[in-house]
Amino acid sequence: MTIPYPAPQPGFWASAAMIAAIILASTAGEVLTAAAMKSIGDLDEIRAHSGLKGAIRAVLTCPLFFAGVSFLALAFFALLFALNHLNLSLVAPASASLTLVTNAIAGKIFLKENVDRRRWTSAVLVCIGVYLLAH
Amino acid sequence: MPHARLSPRQYLILGLVSLCAPLGDTCLSRGMTGLPDITLAHPATLIAAVFTPWIGAGIALLIGFFASYLTALSWADLTFVLPATAFGNVIVALLARFWLHEPISLERWAGIVLITVGVGFVARGPSLTERPAVQSPIAEPVAIGKEQA
Repeated sequence: MTIPYPAPQPGFWASAAMIAAIILASTAGEVLTAAAMKSIGDLDEIRAHSGLKGAIRAVLTCPLFFAGVSFLALAFFALLFALNHLNLSLVAPASASLTLVTNAIAGKIFLKENVDRRRWTSAVLVCIGVYLLAH
Repeated sequence: MPHARLSPRQYLILGLVSLCAPLGDTCLSRGMTGLPDITLAHPATLIAAVFTPWIGAGIALLIGFFASYLTALSWADLTFVLPATAFGNVIVALLARFWLHEPISLERWAGIVLITVGVGFVARGPSLTERPAVQSPIAEPVAIGKEQA
């Protein structure tokens, strides 16, 4: 493998746009997957009634699940694109930690989850923690 | 069925989510760094890489992660599962410190403490948003039919 020459780093707005693309696609993917799993129901119970095949069939016949996986795949390619232009030490902590906060907002708005003070505090603590750990 | 409190089996599923993702990534990283350089000119080597022990173990662990993650999302809120499973980051950092003897800076120790506190915080709360019981969509037309009769 050839070692690439040090390319000039993109500007602030270009970097922010690349990280935002990862966060948006990842949040959409997580929310759609969560919505899919809620619409399917408790997988443990489905497996108890219909076996493992029944549980797999329930997941694979849910269109929301595929929408979620598509967005997660998009987030993966957005991450690869960003890593091609930005340093890993910026992209990984920024996207991983901010996704926790956007997921809390999206969970409250789209999934109508009860994001109380406890969950907000936890999301912010973990967000800062992931940033410190990965930085 | 909504579960405000988790059973030991459900804690085990959350533990699998936390463990499988970082261990899977580590296996993939270990496997890929041990291989000779892969170029687009020889894409077949990438396919062959899938069948090496480390990459195979990494893929198996990531499949395990996704299955456990989907299971967890079927009985717990997304805003519960994501912070609760962030403990995997701490496990990786501790493995790096005590198994690989990598140094951990003060900032990273602070990160470990914050994640641990955050996970403990969310894990003590309910795992699923309580919703009012929804009437069965089959029951409604029957009730209307009875009224009309």
